[in-house]
Amino acid sequence: MVADDGLAWFFKLVILGTALLTCLVSIRSPEVFDAFRGEFFVLVVFAALGMVLMAGAANLLMLYLAMETASLSSYVLAGFLSGQSRSAEASFKYVIYGAVASGVMLFGLSLLFGIGGTLDLAELPAALAGASPLAVVLALLFVLAGLGYKLASVPFHMWSPDVYEGAPLPVTAFLSVASKAGAFALTLRFFDEAFGDRAIALATQWPLLLALISLLTMTIGNLAAIGQRNMKRLLAYSSIAHGGYLLMGVVALANPAVRAEAMAAVGFYFVAYLFMNLGAFYVVQHLAEPERLNSEMIADYAGLLRRSPFLAVALSIFLFSLIGIPPFAGFWAKLYLFEAFVRAGLEAEGIAGGRHLWLVVAALLNTAISLYYYLYVVKTMCFDSAVEDRPVRAHPAFVGLMLVLLIPTFVLGLLWSREELGVPVVQVEASASLSSSVSPTLGTPFRR
Amino acid sequence: MGLLSLLWLAPVVGMVVILLAPRRWSRAIALLATLVSLGVALAIGVGFQTQSGGLQFVERAAWIPAFHIEYFLGVDGLSVALVLLTAVISVIGVIASWRIEEESHRSGTEKSYFFLYLLLVAGMLGFFIAQDLILFYVFFELTLLPMYFLIGYWGGPRREYAAIKFFLYTLFGSVFMLVAILALYFLSGPAGARTFAIPELAAKNLPVWVLNWLWLGFYLGFAIKVPIFPFHTWLPDAHVEAPTPISVILAGILLKMGTYGLARINLQVLGDASEGWWRFLAVLGVVNIIYGAFCAMAQLDMKKLVAYSSIGHMGFVLLGIAARTPEGVNGAIFQMVSHGLLSGMLFLIVGVVYVRAHHRFIVYPEDPALLQLYGVDPSKAGQKGFGGLATVMPVYTFLMAVAFFGSLGLPGLSGFVGEFLSLLGAWKTYPLYALVSVIGVVIGAAYFLWTIQRMFLGQPNPGGERLARRSSPRAAGVGSAGAPGGPAWGDAPLGAGPLAGNGLELGGRSGDVDPLGDAVSRREKPRWGRRPVSETSKVWRPFCRS
Repeated sequence: MVADDGLAWFFKLVILGTALLTCLVSIRSPEVFDAFRGEFFVLVVFAALGMVLMAGAANLLMLYLAMETASLSSYVLAGFLSGQSRSAEASFKYVIYGAVASGVMLFGLSLLFGIGGTLDLAELPAALAGASPLAVVLALLFVLAGLGYKLASVPFHMWSPDVYEGAPLPVTAFLSVASKAGAFALTLRFFDEAFGDRAIALATQWPLLLALISLLTMTIGNLAAIGQRNMKRLLAYSSIAHGGYLLMGVVALANPAVRAEAMAAVGFYFVAYLFMNLGAFYVVQHLAEPERLNSEMIADYAGLLRRSPFLAVALSIFLFSLIGIPPFAGFWAKLYLFEAFVRAGLEAEGIAGGRHLWLVVAALLNTAISLYYYLYVVKTMCFDSAVEDRPVRAHPAFVGLMLVLLIPTFVLGLLWSREELGVPVVQVEASASLSSSVSPTLGTPFRR
Repeated sequence: MGLLSLLWLAPVVGMVVILLAPRRWSRAIALLATLVSLGVALAIGVGFQTQSGGLQFVERAAWIPAFHIEYFLGVDGLSVALVLLTAVISVIGVIASWRIEEESHRSGTEKSYFFLYLLLVAGMLGFFIAQDLILFYVFFELTLLPMYFLIGYWGGPRREYAAIKFFLYTLFGSVFMLVAILALYFLSGPAGARTFAIPELAAKNLPVWVLNWLWLGFYLGFAIKVPIFPFHTWLPDAHVEAPTPISVILAGILLKMGTYGLARINLQVLGDASEGWWRFLAVLGVVNIIYGAFCAMAQLDMKKLVAYSSIGHMGFVLLGIAARTPEGVNGAIFQMVSHGLLSGMLFLIVGVVYVRAHHRFIVYPEDPALLQLYGVDPSKAGQKGFGGLATVMPVYTFLMAVAFFGSLGLPGLSGFVGEFLSLLGAWKTYPLYALVSVIGVVIGAAYFLWTIQRMFLGQPNPGGERLARRSSPRAAGVGSAGAPGGPAWGDAPLGAGPLAGNGLELGGRSGDVDPLGDAVSRREKPRWGRRPVSETSKVWRPFCRS
């Protein structure tokens, strides 16, 4: 039903850490505070529960139920500002998209169950071995609709900017990290256990499919972000693009020799992403408070360096880290991810191993594209002259929170290697590489 | 901790101290930090065994063991020359930045300026001593951030455009470099035996087709940094908009990062790539020389003239590296150092007239349309440009002449040595290209002499005396950076093989007196508009006019 292994453990930490930070900032957030109702925290905890279950789900039914638990709480959270039409719209869009996607996914899951006769992910490879590839591909496509919706990957990404913009900022930050982490843990496990078999990968060509989705996701996310003038929407598209990079880690699973490394790379990426993305969102939230800028528009950030050097520098650092410029954590996350991907490609036997090395070049070019819109924000903050000179003061508690996020963004990659952070995931590596060399068909060594 | 760690950590410590200390101390701390780096660099230069090849002062420790990423520092003949150059230029840069607040009209920004400046210095020093590819890449990228802010915040009117262009271009190139680094790592051996260490990678024998692809990846990264035609367009913009000290750093050191990378990676590690690539590099070197020289000739703005002349001079470095002969490579290294000193001197010289006259036109455009093209207020038409400066500013003219003649390659000055050695080396491999690039030397002489004629000779223009009145002994110290370098090259062990033991001796001395010090009073804001100047029209305009 539920796996208790390194992958689950690691992503649970990321999700729960995000939930903890969300509760902390929500206490001071006027958006939540004005409409203060106890159910906010209940909903956050329920959503976190769903995501934690997603991280461990090893059964088709469990997988679906976990996703629904997470989703239902998220819908309500997105529409938490009930008086605002923006928030209501966000919630509504979220529900409609989510309902359709999970319906399609459920159909796909039932197809898989019908073909294989089992709900257990680990038993699926054997059960699917003799099935018609067309039926499996069809089922996979339907399942991908649901997963893609959770991952906010193209073409199921449309809801994300509107929801991110309309939802209260703490919720947006929470969804952008925790929901994604849960979805990625789920996707990693799903493809690793159910489709990690070489024969199935060859028959369904899912690595190629995911590589294309990854390319589209990062490219469209980055290109769409260029035109954004609202900080929340910009970060929403940036989050879509990061989802695209992360999908490369899933593609790398196609090479059984690299699967543990790929998972560890995705895990490290999420740790870095937690700090830098939450940091960026929290600065935006702090600035959007009425006694500060009372705005989420990038144009209103003009001259922020003069008005609040601390907040401007902090946001700049988070954005540079999101670009992936050394020495910040974002660079190391990308480096490890690309390294795993290149290794998967170079050491692969045949196309099923995912020899999609063009994707690395595309991802790196995307990094250069992303530079433009992140730097636009930095430029506005640091170079443009302010409309008014009234200083913007950061709350002392917020300064403390920022330091908690800033320091790891600085030193995460410099001081700790991926191994030292992803200890449990790496414990898997030894056994995984052993057993995969013996029998690459069945991928269950992931279990403790 | 060894000398090499101290070298790049001194500016980092300086950064921390600047953050903690009162604002008015910032520049003194920056000066101190760069002086410490200079001292360490001199100690390294003195202790360096010129006759032995290989790395010296090696520091090596595991950093990220899972990926064999190491903290691996070391210098050889190539590195040590550039480390000395960097240390010298960064001290000059601090002195030239002494009044950066007034000059860039950014009061109260000293602290952040010198903080970023020291970050830049640390990145540059680290880059030249890193012997691990990931460390190399990290230092390479580390220079981007401070440069972006230094140009974008303290620069001229179109600074934001120039800064983002610089950043985007360089990052675009380095992206390909990162792919090549990863590929090189995975191809360096079976799992467990892989390495990022440059000397060990250089010893590997990889198939030629692999080398060719890797060569291209690294080439794209470095070509943008050098810059090599056709990736050069960021350079004039960045130079014109950057404040004078940053122009000095940019021309003096940042460009060398590109050519150093070509020598270190493309030559040392990937030297067995196809002959075609080297021919390609040589052709582009020739293009850089000729194209840069012609472009420089067409400029009316002095800073652009120097910028394009830099493109031309880097062409000789490329030619020398592409030749792969001992003379060529030694010439390339010598040319890097010589150009680093000379271009710094040239930018400081331009800075002096700019702060006094508030414009940098070699010939002041009379046509209001042309003025508008440069973004100058057309009501300023009819203002007299420079002319006959030799009679009103004799000392300045002398210094200028040293720099100009050094740059155009007059024997006895360092520019000649570098160009001559590069051409000599290239002659062995590519005689035709060496022959063609001599044209570049002639054009180089032409534009420098033409500039001297237009600005310094003849009768002084009315109003020219006011430039002299503000002259003072302090301005006389622009620096004798391009001092005679002739005797040095005879000592270089030319037979030692490329990069192995080129025991370089620097011919240049460097003077470093504040060139801008006295000229800041009565400074008004330059009235340059934000309108971008069209490149083509400007190039051809001077020819059409006369």
